[in-house]
Amino acid sequence: LDTMTKNPGTEERPKWDNKVQYLLTCIGFAVGIGNVWRFPYLCQIYGGGAFLIPYLIALVFEGLPLLYLELAIGQRLRMGSIGVWNGISPVLGGVGIASMVVSFLVSLFYNTIIAWVLWYFFNSFQNPLPWSQCPLNANQTGYSSECEKSTSVNYFWYRETLNLTEDIEISGSLQWWMVISLATAWLVIYICFIRGLDSMGKAVYVTATFPYLVLTIFLIRALTLPGATDGLVYLFTPDWEILKSPQVWLDAATQIFFSLSVAFGGLIAFSSYNAERNDCERDALVVGITNSATSLYASIPIFSILGFKARTNFNTCLEQNILTLTNHFDIAERNMTLENYDQWYDYLNLTHPGDIASLPLRVCDLQNFLDQSASGTGLAFIVFTEAVLEMPGSQVWAILFFVMLFSLGLSSMFGNIEGVLTPLKELKLVPKWLPHEVSTAIVCLVSFLVGLIFTLGSGNYWVEVFNAHVGSVPLLVIAFFELVGVAYVHGIKTFSEDIYFMTGRRPNIYWKACWMVISPLMLLVVFVAYVALQAGAYPTYPAWNPDYEHFPETETKEYPKWVFGIIVVLIVVPILSIPVVAVYNLIRCGIKKSSANVSRPNPYSNEAFEIETQERNRQSI
Amino acid sequence: MLGRIVFFLCLPSVLAAQLCKPNAAEGFKVRLSIKTALGDKAYEWNRNQRFLFQAAIAFAMSHHLELEFNVSNILVCDETPRVSFWFVVTSPGDPSRLVGKESVELAVRESRSRINNILLLNDATLEFVGVLPTLTAPVKPATPSWLIVFGVVIGMVGAGIVFLLVSTVVQKKRKKNEVAEEEDDDEEAQMKRTAGNEGIYNTSFSEYDRNTQM
Repeated sequence: LDTMTKNPGTEERPKWDNKVQYLLTCIGFAVGIGNVWRFPYLCQIYGGGAFLIPYLIALVFEGLPLLYLELAIGQRLRMGSIGVWNGISPVLGGVGIASMVVSFLVSLFYNTIIAWVLWYFFNSFQNPLPWSQCPLNANQTGYSSECEKSTSVNYFWYRETLNLTEDIEISGSLQWWMVISLATAWLVIYICFIRGLDSMGKAVYVTATFPYLVLTIFLIRALTLPGATDGLVYLFTPDWEILKSPQVWLDAATQIFFSLSVAFGGLIAFSSYNAERNDCERDALVVGITNSATSLYASIPIFSILGFKARTNFNTCLEQNILTLTNHFDIAERNMTLENYDQWYDYLNLTHPGDIASLPLRVCDLQNFLDQSASGTGLAFIVFTEAVLEMPGSQVWAILFFVMLFSLGLSSMFGNIEGVLTPLKELKLVPKWLPHEVSTAIVCLVSFLVGLIFTLGSGNYWVEVFNAHVGSVPLLVIAFFELVGVAYVHGIKTFSEDIYFMTGRRPNIYWKACWMVISPLMLLVVFVAYVALQAGAYPTYPAWNPDYEHFPETETKEYPKWVFGIIVVLIVVPILSIPVVAVYNLIRCGIKKSSANVSRPNPYSNEAFEIETQERNRQSI
Repeated sequence: MLGRIVFFLCLPSVLAAQLCKPNAAEGFKVRLSIKTALGDKAYEWNRNQRFLFQAAIAFAMSHHLELEFNVSNILVCDETPRVSFWFVVTSPGDPSRLVGKESVELAVRESRSRINNILLLNDATLEFVGVLPTLTAPVKPATPSWLIVFGVVIGMVGAGIVFLLVSTVVQKKRKKNEVAEEEDDDEEAQMKRTAGNEGIYNTSFSEYDRNTQM
């Protein structure tokens, strides 16, 4: 009789088409928008080249061990985050749930950022670019005052894109153009996940490689722009004094941690689709080093362009002064130029000091313009868009830039969504008869509906709330428990045997030392320092208020009490599952005193595939 | 007699000199930035170009007030190497009387683009100090271009989703039919084989159920 299973209920676990697909997916997940808009900024404010030292130390002692751990455990136990942590010990089951919750919350606001990128992309097909001009005010007598006081680029971002209210409490209404951008973003995610790993794996060939192509094009273009060297010198000039500040080390540790996208559960899910015997040590090294190399590579064109922008602003400032002086003294045109400005100025100051004092001359300092750096959305949507206006062929550069950001964000979203879908399947919350396409559609739809919060008038403030709090403390806690769980609950000896089974060699002393001592210690220090810094001051946020007296500076406002409550909920709820599940399981095992975990399959309980290990009874409680 | 003739000949220019002076009450200061506007093709500011300017202003005044102004009614003085100067407008009927500042301003604003074009300049490079430039609103096409791009993208994504879903459903149906046929075939083939080997096929472990499923 034919014994091959004809039962349509059991599905084979999806597999990668080839190793390249797997590596590209992991690299795409790790390399995100943060590599482009966070790392260069950190490099700049923390003394350029000197920042690389704490950054590389954090990578070696914290980032790579965590990465290797997640890839190895996922590949060995061949399950997503929930199955893996339940498999190691039911007491640790909460870690998987925490990862899933964090992945879900992060994908909510991360896709809003992608929606913003899409909106700018749609608007880049215009000539001239819409953020280059101020619109007229209501009675057509002049330009809109909000636009005049700040810049047209600021106006386009804060008013025409976000339509930002002055306060987080004033919600405003749903901005329809943002809603349809968000819908587009979720539809793109859906179409990439529609066939599960098949469709996502094919999409990743494009989304993971395209950013590198664009970065190279930008690199070549940026290095030929005037002022590029100013930016690069400014970026990489090391300021060794800054290494004495603990804030630098803290930021380096948190940056490497969030940059590698560990503790989301996505990496565990990705590596679970691998063949059993795959060299995950090499994979971890490839992904980790590629991620850091990409950050460095991205910072070169970014800072060349920022240097170009600073030089252009400086020249514009000087030319305004030249015009003022030329008009006042009726000097012939083109007699005073950028080159001889200083001599003319000194001469005029000697001959007519009173006049010079009375004129509204601007102070033009190149260093000042270079210091006007920004990170995050400020870099992409304000600073960079302004720089693009000055480059010939602005539309092309704008389109390329936003498509690059879109690819970077999309490939990171793949990991986030994978970190939600795979655990959902393992929790058996999804009924078997529901096809995969429908369950994915439901997840996307629910996320879209909840994400409509971010399309309100106050949406940007909420994105900041989520970004600063969901993606920080909970991940640190989850990662800490991951390390402790594998190194102590699972046992470093068992884990070494697992790795020997997969790669053919046992991990060396460096890995073991990191997993057992160094990395958990570093995480603990980072966590404590982070909490200490945050808990010191009541959290505030920068509000865009056109009626503020110091407008266009942002007004610093305190979060209202109910928002503060939401912040606490956002931090506590994901990590709450860890102690809750642990206590629940301890009580249950105390009552039952049964040896095996009945409900979930334990990969180690199949006697037929026993490998040479001792202490198999470690996992049952 | 000769003295009187000389006096009357000199009078206009003397009057002109008195009417047109820097910071005149009814006058305007004008600044031209020809090199900024035209670069290499910049023309030299000379008497002929000034004549053209006067003619342009005379046109603007005639157009606005519907009186006949002549080039001689536009008085220019205090020229500097910047290329800036003051001008005043005298009334056509009485050359010793100046036309009010408000009328001149309105006339200039009304014909501003015309004046700009005559001198190959624009609002920024031909500056009438104190006269606000007429603002051109940014061009807004009927359908914002971003909606068009959005429509294209969402059309492609939507078509892709529909195509993939339909093909998945079709594939699943095809598989189900094949599997059902295989099962039926298998059963019948096995029954035939056992019958051919002179045995009776034991149907107790057969998956084929003669009764209809509820």
